[in-house]
Amino acid sequence: MTSLQQVTANDVLETAKALRWEVGGNFHEQLVETIYTEAANIADRATTRPDQKPRFDFDRTLDRLVTSRLWGFPLMIALFTVVFWITISGANVPSAWLATLLLDIIHPMLKQGSAIIGLPWWLDGLLIDGVYLATAWVVSVMLPPMAIFFPLFTLLEDFGYLPRVAFNLDNIFKKSGTHGKQSLSMMMGFGCNAAGVIATRVIDSPRERLIAILTNNFALCNGRWPTQILIASLFIGALVPAQLAGLISALAVVGIALLGVLLTFAVSWQLSRTWLKGEVSTFSLELPPYRPPRVWQTIYTSIIDRTIFVLWRAIIFAAPAGAAIWLVANITIGGASLAEYLIGFLNPVGLLVGLNGVILLAYVIAIPANEIVIPAILMLTVLTIPHFANLGAGAGVMFEAGQVETRAVFTAGGWTLLTAVNLMLFSLIHNPCSTTIYTIFKETGSRKWTVVSALLPLAMGFVVTFVVAQVWRLVAG
Amino acid sequence: MTTNNPSSPSMAACETCPVHSAANLLKLGVNMENWDYVVALAGNPNTGKSTVFNALTGLRQHTGNWPGKTVTRAEGGFVFAEHRYKLVDLPGTYSLLATSLDEEIARDFILFGQPDVTVVVVDATRLERNLNLVLQVLEITDRVVVCLNLMDEAKRHKLQIDDRRLARDLGVPVVPTAARYNEGLPELLNTIDEVASGKTICRPHRFQSQSPVLKQTVAQLTSQIEAAFPGLPNARWVALRLLDGDERIIEAIQAGELGKLSREEDETIEQRLNHINLEMAA
Repeated sequence: MTSLQQVTANDVLETAKALRWEVGGNFHEQLVETIYTEAANIADRATTRPDQKPRFDFDRTLDRLVTSRLWGFPLMIALFTVVFWITISGANVPSAWLATLLLDIIHPMLKQGSAIIGLPWWLDGLLIDGVYLATAWVVSVMLPPMAIFFPLFTLLEDFGYLPRVAFNLDNIFKKSGTHGKQSLSMMMGFGCNAAGVIATRVIDSPRERLIAILTNNFALCNGRWPTQILIASLFIGALVPAQLAGLISALAVVGIALLGVLLTFAVSWQLSRTWLKGEVSTFSLELPPYRPPRVWQTIYTSIIDRTIFVLWRAIIFAAPAGAAIWLVANITIGGASLAEYLIGFLNPVGLLVGLNGVILLAYVIAIPANEIVIPAILMLTVLTIPHFANLGAGAGVMFEAGQVETRAVFTAGGWTLLTAVNLMLFSLIHNPCSTTIYTIFKETGSRKWTVVSALLPLAMGFVVTFVVAQVWRLVAG
Repeated sequence: MTTNNPSSPSMAACETCPVHSAANLLKLGVNMENWDYVVALAGNPNTGKSTVFNALTGLRQHTGNWPGKTVTRAEGGFVFAEHRYKLVDLPGTYSLLATSLDEEIARDFILFGQPDVTVVVVDATRLERNLNLVLQVLEITDRVVVCLNLMDEAKRHKLQIDDRRLARDLGVPVVPTAARYNEGLPELLNTIDEVASGKTICRPHRFQSQSPVLKQTVAQLTSQIEAAFPGLPNARWVALRLLDGDERIIEAIQAGELGKLSREEDETIEQRLNHINLEMAA
């Protein structure tokens, strides 16, 4: 300080370099140790611990149970089955109410209203039979299960169970050659794949992060839960006596979700051995303490933040899709509608993979949002079967959504158990929605990986459904 | 101003009571233009930083009971005691020494962003581990408020924490809170305001090395750094980092970034931080 010359930045660096030799190689350890010792001393002075013998520790006992090798996975499956069972059996009744209100009461009123004003038939059809019905359908199908599922899921998260799930899965991820934190982004993916893709930021290694992004699609997102739940209750639940139907449907949905987890492992494993070879990084995962969830606040925020948010997104996409469906069904070229041409074109491929042209067309229409797949399928099915079209609904009108009627539409559309199973499989595996694809592009900044992330699952979806269809037909004769 | 009004003697007490001012908390959400003070929110993962952040800004950043869910720097604003605050939620870290991306984001913000106040959210039930971070933050900046959070958990585990003792040992204000239940937040706001406006002066604890050789070496380098960068608030910390061979800090000295800190705040600092910060997806 007293030196006459100005001390420069370079002098500082030179001195530091020289002094570094003096302090020796264990400087870092010494520093860390000093900090730790001081922290321990200060903490000790400030804390008075309960003067007790090691008492029954609820947290530790619970942790031993939920992360045990033997009980960890069965408990996890049981817990999620219960959540889905509550969702499925609890959503039926309000779904039916909403369907009655929106489709049986409000829709005819709107039709009457437009007749009184004298709207031209095409505007009346486009707005009321297209846009209104599509959104009403989405609300009545999606709102009740989401209003039940999201709060339950958030309560589990708030309580601290999800990190335990991640802990259980960590070892398998490591064996798949990927980062254990992928279990966290996968759990987020069960809510929304776009959110799951963003959540992969917790993974530092670019290689492992890319794997996590590419496989996030196999975490069944909430846009696909309603499809799974509906098809499972209509076709799988119907195979067993009524009192078991709810449980069996729930198990079928859990089975699909688990299959998604297995696919995540399999694809991660494959990727880490081919395109994305590399070392597995280690990390420490802290199991946070269990905390009593704030029930009302959780229910409030999960309904506002997740349910309404997802529903709103679905409605935004459903409205134009409803208009598109109505137009496709009502623009005719040479006596047949555009939709009939498209369905006829896609039908051979559809049947080959155990689906049909209607389902494939519905998936094309529903690329912006998986939520509207079922409404689109229903409407297109109704359209291609004259028997239903004559019911007075007219071309391009989404059909009423009661469970019995829905099943009747599907059966009339030539659906079998195979169609239902393959639809569930295809819904699980096929390409992510356009929002997720866009998010992947933003996160990776790479066209190549964005294309891979869209085409890889799509190809896998076709392969899996194709194989299932062939085996099924062989076995069933 | 109401102290000389004889008709309402109780008013004076009301005005100084933190609860009174807390009623005047104006949550601004993402609107944080023309702020007077910047407050950084640091802490270990899963100590309730995001809960504190949400409670103060009125934003609803997703909170969940697991570590590492805040992967980016989130920002929000609020008005308290007629000051406009910008609150920055940093990613949760256990230390500021190692070089993972989140630790770098947190450290760079505290170092180069020069927040007016750094609030370290601390898990009262895991005090020892959490204090490691506090001690490291105290090396970089002295305007620190310790938010002793999860006091509800501590009670559940029958732990008693002497927050006054802690405040004395650390040399900075310590505010016990249970952010999930909004307990202690008015007091926290008040303390932040006092530190930001300079009403409370912190005399932070600086850890002392046991080895005399080390002590002397650090002192020697520190005085040289002080000479090279007059006014630098954390010369000793820079010395420690240099002796540890921290590439990032060496780089900062070469690039002249550290020099800027000793003068006045520069706009490029904010710009540079925006580069570090991964952009929040819409």
